[in-house]
Amino acid sequence: MADSNQSSIDADEVARFEAMAESWWDTAGPFKPLHRFNPARLRFVRDRAIAHWGRDPATLKPLDGLAVVDIGCGGGLISEPLARMGAAVTGIDPSEKNIGTARVHAAQSGLDIDYRAMTAEDLAASGSRFDMVMNLEVVEHVADVDGFLAASGVLLKPGGLMICATLNRTLKSLAMAKVGAEYVLRWLPRGTHDWKRFLTPAELSGSIRRAGLSVIALQGVSYKPLKDEWVLSGDTGVNYMVVAVKPAS
Amino acid sequence: MTSNQPSPFPAPCPRTDVLIVGGGLAGLSLAVALGRAGIDVTVAERASLDATVDPGFDGRVTAIAYASWRLLEGIGAWQHMEAHAQPILDIRVTDGAAAVFLNFDHRALGNEPFGYLLENRHIRLGLLRTIQDLGTVHLQYPATVDGMEAHPGGVTARLGGHGALRAALVVAADGRKSPLREAAGIKVLGHDYAETGIVTTIEHEKDHLGIAHERFLPAGPFAVLPIAGRRSSLVWSEKHHVAKAILALDDDAFNAEISKRMEGFLGTVHAVGPRFSYPYAVHVAERFCADRLALVGDAAHGIHPIAGQGLNLGWRDVAALAELLVDTARLGLDIGSPLVLERYDRWRRIDTLTLATVTDSLNALFTNDVAPVRLLRDAGLAVVNRIDPLKRFFMQHARGTVGTLPRLLKGEAL
Repeated sequence: MADSNQSSIDADEVARFEAMAESWWDTAGPFKPLHRFNPARLRFVRDRAIAHWGRDPATLKPLDGLAVVDIGCGGGLISEPLARMGAAVTGIDPSEKNIGTARVHAAQSGLDIDYRAMTAEDLAASGSRFDMVMNLEVVEHVADVDGFLAASGVLLKPGGLMICATLNRTLKSLAMAKVGAEYVLRWLPRGTHDWKRFLTPAELSGSIRRAGLSVIALQGVSYKPLKDEWVLSGDTGVNYMVVAVKPAS
Repeated sequence: MTSNQPSPFPAPCPRTDVLIVGGGLAGLSLAVALGRAGIDVTVAERASLDATVDPGFDGRVTAIAYASWRLLEGIGAWQHMEAHAQPILDIRVTDGAAAVFLNFDHRALGNEPFGYLLENRHIRLGLLRTIQDLGTVHLQYPATVDGMEAHPGGVTARLGGHGALRAALVVAADGRKSPLREAAGIKVLGHDYAETGIVTTIEHEKDHLGIAHERFLPAGPFAVLPIAGRRSSLVWSEKHHVAKAILALDDDAFNAEISKRMEGFLGTVHAVGPRFSYPYAVHVAERFCADRLALVGDAAHGIHPIAGQGLNLGWRDVAALAELLVDTARLGLDIGSPLVLERYDRWRRIDTLTLATVTDSLNALFTNDVAPVRLLRDAGLAVVNRIDPLKRFFMQHARGTVGTLPRLLKGEAL
């Protein structure tokens, strides 16, 4: 597997991607907040998949045999855990840099993940279909939310699950995510988020329904500063996740 | 390749999830706990398998605290050793000269015993039998670790006689002089004691009734621990030079020394089997983790055996680390990540320091023969004996059911 990856990337580029992978995957580095956030999101995704497909919660590979696409995969922070849980993962990202980084890290970790530099719309047009579509921290960055979610819906097999995670447009999220995370805590580079683009759960749900999917769950996620830990909560005022299912045709 | 950068892709070699270095009781218990949950484990032990199960390899007996028993039960190992176990029904603490003594009866806390006494050899055999039933634990005996190299996503270990092996995490369970700990540059705090522990098995005329005795003699604690049959294990502390002289005695003289200290409470006694000696020391590693490395058991800490907590403390490491690794693996996250190892370090180091300090002071108190100190401690024992909540607190410590317990020590599934 290492050989096939190396043949498509030249050596200097591999060195550059290696440096970027180090930064993406450094748990104390620029992506520290995502590393802290990841366990709560992954637990939610795992639990929803186990419930939906009736899998054994004690196993280490509850997603065995499921085809999953991780849209906006970045350096692979979600794709790799999903692959370890047994899923056949396709990771897409419009950035060639991110895809190169993710490929290098997957090879270092001994994971087989199909990374492609492309958009959800292009992947949908290619005819690929999946059991699960992951849209984690993506919709707040896209220009045409309806178009993007329509493409996500096309990517899903009938009966499949889509999970979206994003930020609500409330005064609390303005204070916490924009001012707090970017300016006060310096968790994220300034300008990472444009608060005006955040969607409320109602707006996101409406868009999902227009894409032909049914929303089956809404879940808040909160940060506990004293424990430096994220937990699932009833508060959807800042971070929240939505689960949708594509009706069996 | 035009670049002189080292390749980010390590040379292909066999993989395992967790490499445990050291096939002692802590290392094997961790292997079973992880293997049972589906994590792929390799155990590398420097001795041969036959040598480690030889009756002359380890003559010690372990008092398995109630919480540790729940761990062994929970990982499915207890059924392979329980036939050899002696339940501890009472603990009697006596001060050599004074009549005052402290009596802990297990019925004060319900019907469960304080714990069980088992020869280490039988614990080891039971764990090895459990491993035979698991397809996930691989034993590499005898194997030395000739080098380790961490790189992004894992670590490659060179095993003498077995080639290279890639793992996400290496666990140092390689004993109090842990070569892996030293190679990682982790310092230890601690000191040696002036005493050596003499360990031997005796047969006695009267039944022990499942009562464990801890007698505080002027030279140090003298423990009589009931094991299966009309037999007990002696753990007997003496200054190094006295211990050396006692160990060199012929059988009759050795038996006479034992009888003198027992004062006939189990009838006539005589030693059976080999004599072992272990110099006492206390040590705690300044960190319990490094890059893709976690320390467990004696590699992380050793405490004075006065309270019989050494291996039980090791089992607490095992239960905590197994819980963190299994929870992490179930989410598909990297089990060797600093986020996991830092949590392990925080969880276990504080608990260990507390117990090491308490046992260290206990020993100083009980090996002191100055009259006022004697008087105070005798009064102290009598007070503890009369005050129920205080006594229950000590008893719960003996059972190991105090503190933030990992699920396995609470009797819950991983």
